[in-house]
Amino acid sequence: MKIRIKFRKQGAMKFIGHLDTMRYFQKIMRRADVDIRYSEGFSPHQIMSFAAPLGVGLLSNGEYVDIEVLSADDSRTMIRRMNDVMAEGMEVVSFRRLDDSAKSAMSLVAAADYTLAFRPGKEPEDMEGFFRELDKFCGQEHIFIEKKTKKGFREMDLKPLIYELRRVPVPESLAAAVNCRPEPTEDSCGGCAVFMRVSAGSTDNIKPELVMESFYQAMGWEYPAFAFQVEREEVYADVGAEGSRKLVPLEELGEEIE
Amino acid sequence: MRKLALNDEILLSVQQPARYIGGEVNMAIKDPAKVDIRFCMCFPDVYEIGMSHLGIQILYDMFNRRDDVWCERVYSPWTDMDSLMREKKIPLFALESQDPVKKFDFLGITLQYEMSYTNVLQILDLSGIPFHSNERTEEDPIVIGGGPCAYNPEPLAPFFDIFYIGEGETVYDRLFDVYKENRKSGGNRREFLEKAAEIPGLYVPAFYDVTYKDDGTIAGFVPNNSHAPARVTKELVLHMDDAWYIEKPLVPFIKVTQDRVVLEIQRGCIRGCRFCQAGNIYRPLREHSLEYLKKFAYTMLKNTGHEEISLSSLSSSDYTHLEELVTFLMEEFQGKGVNVSLPSLRIDAFSLDVMGKVQDVKKSSLTFAPEAGSQRLRDVINKGLTEEVILSGAREAFLGGWSRVKLYFMLGLPTETEEDMRGIAYLSEKIAETFYDIPPDQRQRRVQIVASSSFFVPKPFTPFQWARQCTKEEFAERAYLVRDTFRQMKNFKSLKYNWHEADLSVLEGILARGDRRVAPVIEEAYRNGAMFDSWGENFNNDLWMNAFAACHVDPDFYTVRQRSLDEILPWDFIDAGVSKEFLIREWKAALSEKVTPNCRVQCSGCGARAFGGGVCYED
Repeated sequence: MKIRIKFRKQGAMKFIGHLDTMRYFQKIMRRADVDIRYSEGFSPHQIMSFAAPLGVGLLSNGEYVDIEVLSADDSRTMIRRMNDVMAEGMEVVSFRRLDDSAKSAMSLVAAADYTLAFRPGKEPEDMEGFFRELDKFCGQEHIFIEKKTKKGFREMDLKPLIYELRRVPVPESLAAAVNCRPEPTEDSCGGCAVFMRVSAGSTDNIKPELVMESFYQAMGWEYPAFAFQVEREEVYADVGAEGSRKLVPLEELGEEIE
Repeated sequence: MRKLALNDEILLSVQQPARYIGGEVNMAIKDPAKVDIRFCMCFPDVYEIGMSHLGIQILYDMFNRRDDVWCERVYSPWTDMDSLMREKKIPLFALESQDPVKKFDFLGITLQYEMSYTNVLQILDLSGIPFHSNERTEEDPIVIGGGPCAYNPEPLAPFFDIFYIGEGETVYDRLFDVYKENRKSGGNRREFLEKAAEIPGLYVPAFYDVTYKDDGTIAGFVPNNSHAPARVTKELVLHMDDAWYIEKPLVPFIKVTQDRVVLEIQRGCIRGCRFCQAGNIYRPLREHSLEYLKKFAYTMLKNTGHEEISLSSLSSSDYTHLEELVTFLMEEFQGKGVNVSLPSLRIDAFSLDVMGKVQDVKKSSLTFAPEAGSQRLRDVINKGLTEEVILSGAREAFLGGWSRVKLYFMLGLPTETEEDMRGIAYLSEKIAETFYDIPPDQRQRRVQIVASSSFFVPKPFTPFQWARQCTKEEFAERAYLVRDTFRQMKNFKSLKYNWHEADLSVLEGILARGDRRVAPVIEEAYRNGAMFDSWGENFNNDLWMNAFAACHVDPDFYTVRQRSLDEILPWDFIDAGVSKEFLIREWKAALSEKVTPNCRVQCSGCGARAFGGGVCYED
C-alpha cells in the first residue's frame, strides 16, 4: 500500500540537512513500528522517497515523503504513533493512502509556496517603499536573470516561473523563528513578509532567495547575507490538462484511512 | 520550542550545525528550577566522536533517572566554531538547555586518550572556567575527570578538582548526595572536596604533595589533607546484570562514528596481553547473562530505531554464550531491516559461518591482530595467537570465498629484534602463499593482504610500564626495515604495508607515563595553539616540542628512560586491582619469553580476585 506523509520541520530542525532527514525518518519508521516494505536483496532498505529536498536553514510546514507499507492503522493513529517518537520540531500532519498506480511525490512536484520574513535587524528602512518596488519588479513583462549552470551562465526569464508574489503578515511559526510579533507595531515589521508561489521540481526549480536576489540586484541594492528566514508552506502537483495549470497540494492526491 | 545559544548566522556558517543544537531523540529535558544538581558531561573531542562513546551514554541515562539531577552534554566545538566563539566571546554551552557550562554544578570530562588533553583545556577555556583547580571559586563547577586515562591522572592533576578512578556506575550517587548535604549545611568548595576524597575511588589531586629526587624520579607522594587516603582503589561493578544499562540511547541526527546500538556483552579480559592497558585495568572479566543481553537488544533497537546492532567487549570470542547470542541476534533481527555487525572474532568455523551470513564475503575482509611478527615476540607480549592458527584460519576463510586480510602489528615492543620486525613481512607472505596453495577453482582469483603497524607506547598498569620506549628515529628505522623486507617478498604485489606517524606515539608516551611536571607543558602547548591533536591535520609537533623547551621539561625522561623496578611511579598511589608484584612477575616472564595462561586456564594471582567477583569465581 502506498502512503504519502506530510510533515513539518520547525525550530532547530531546520539545521538538519536533507540526507540526515532521510535517515531520521528511517529510524522513525522503526521506532513507531510502521509496517514499512523493505526492498529485496542482500541489504534490504525501506521503500521511501522524499518529494523535494529542503535546504539547510529553511523551515517548512509542508514536506512530503512517500512510503510503501504492508499494513497500517487508520490515519489518525498512524500520525499519533509517529509523533509519539518524534524529536521536537518535527511533526507529521497527514498520513494518507495513495492509489497503487499513483506517481511518486518526487516526480509530481510542480510548484511550492514560500514565505520569507526579515531576520531582526535586516529589515529595509523604508518598508513601504520596499514593497512598492517589489510589486513593480514583479509586474514587469519579463524578468531576465543570469542563472549559474554547470557550464557557466544562462539567461532565463523568471517571470513565467513566479506564479504569485505578495505581501503577507508573518505566519506564526515564522514569527517565532525571527523573533517578531505577528501583529505589526511601530517598531516591528509584523506585517512584512513576502509570500511567493514559484515553479518547483526537476525542470525549473526556483529557489525563493533567487527571486529576492534578482530583485535586490535590479534595484542596485546589496543583498544582505542571512536577510530572510524562509519557510516552505506547501508543495504542489500540477493536475491540469496540457497547457493549463491546476495546482493541488500533494497530500490531496491521497485519502484518509478511516 | 527550545531557544538556541547560537544565532542562525553562526550556525549556518559552520560545518555540521547539528553538532551544536541538541534536540536529539531521547535527550533529557528537565526544569532547572526543579533539580538540585546540574551536571555537564563532556567528551573532549568533536560531536561525532563523543556521541559514539558508550560510557557517557550509560552515565547520562543513569544520572537523569534521578529526579534531583539534570545531566547534559557538551563536546569540543570544531575549529571553525571554536574561532567564532572566541571572536564573538560566546561562552561554551550545554546542548540540552543551551545554558553556559560555567553555570553548572559539575563538569565531568571523560579521558579516553592522551591526545585529547589539550581539548580538555579548550573546554575549560571556552567555558570561562579557570584552568587550575586552586584558582576556581564557589562560582565555578566542580571539574571531575574519569575514564581510562584517569589511571594516570598526574599530567592533568592541576586542571581537575576530582578524578574518578574506575567504573562510573558505582559511587556517583554518593557523590551527589554528599554535594547536596554540603550545600545544605553551608559548606564551601573545599569542604565538599574533603568529603569527596573520603568516597572510595575518588582522588582529589590537590590533597597530595609530590617530592622529587635529584635524578628527577619521585621521592615521595603523600596526602597533605587528613581526609585523603594514601591509596585510592578503583571502583568497579561486580555483577554486570545489576549495573545500570541504557534503555533509551540518544539518537543523533548526523552520522556519528558509532551509529548503531551497542551491546556491551562483558567487561574486562582474560587474555593478559602484556602491552594492553584495558586488559589489565578492567580486570576481572565480568559477563552479562544471555537473557539480559537479549532483553536490552530489543529495548534499545525499539527505542532508537537504529538499523544496526553491534557487540562491544575487549575479546568477544571469550564470551561464554557468544554462539547463542549471535544466533539469537541473527534470527531475531537479520532480514528485518536490522544489520548485525560483528566485532573482530577469533577466526574459526563458527565465526566464518556467521560472518558469511551477515556480510558480503567478497566485500568484507578478515582481521587478525598478531601484534608481533614472530612467535618469540608474541610470547614476550603474551599474545596467544600462533602462526598455525592464523594460517589455518586464513585457509578456511579463503576456501569460504574471502580474499582480503587485514593484519595489525606493533613496532618497538620490548626486546624486539630485526628478525621480529622482518617477521611482519614473512607472516604476511605466508598468508599469501596459503592463498595461492589452494587450487584456483576453490578460491578467488587474487588475494590482498594489508599489514599495518602502530608504534608501541608503554602504558601504566601493564607489565611494560617500566619499559623503554623507542625514539621517533628508531621507530622510523624499524618501519623502513619492515617496508624493505616486504619488497623482497615473492608475493609482494599482493601485500601492502602501512605504518603510523611516529611523532604522535612519542608524545602519547610522554603523556601516558607523565607526572605533574608535564601539566605546564600541556598548558603551554595549548596556549600556543595545540588542539585536536588526535586529528592528523591539526597535529603540530613543533608546538609541543617548543612547549617542552619553554617549560624546561625533558621529553626523553618519560620515554627512552628504562625505569627501575623500585622507582615510585606517578600512578603507584592507585590500586587498580592488578598488584605491582604481579606486574613485576609478568615483566620478568616477558623478558624470559614465558607465556602466562589466560584466567580460565589458570589463575595467575594478579590481585583482581580481591574484588570478589567475575571470572575469578567462575566454578
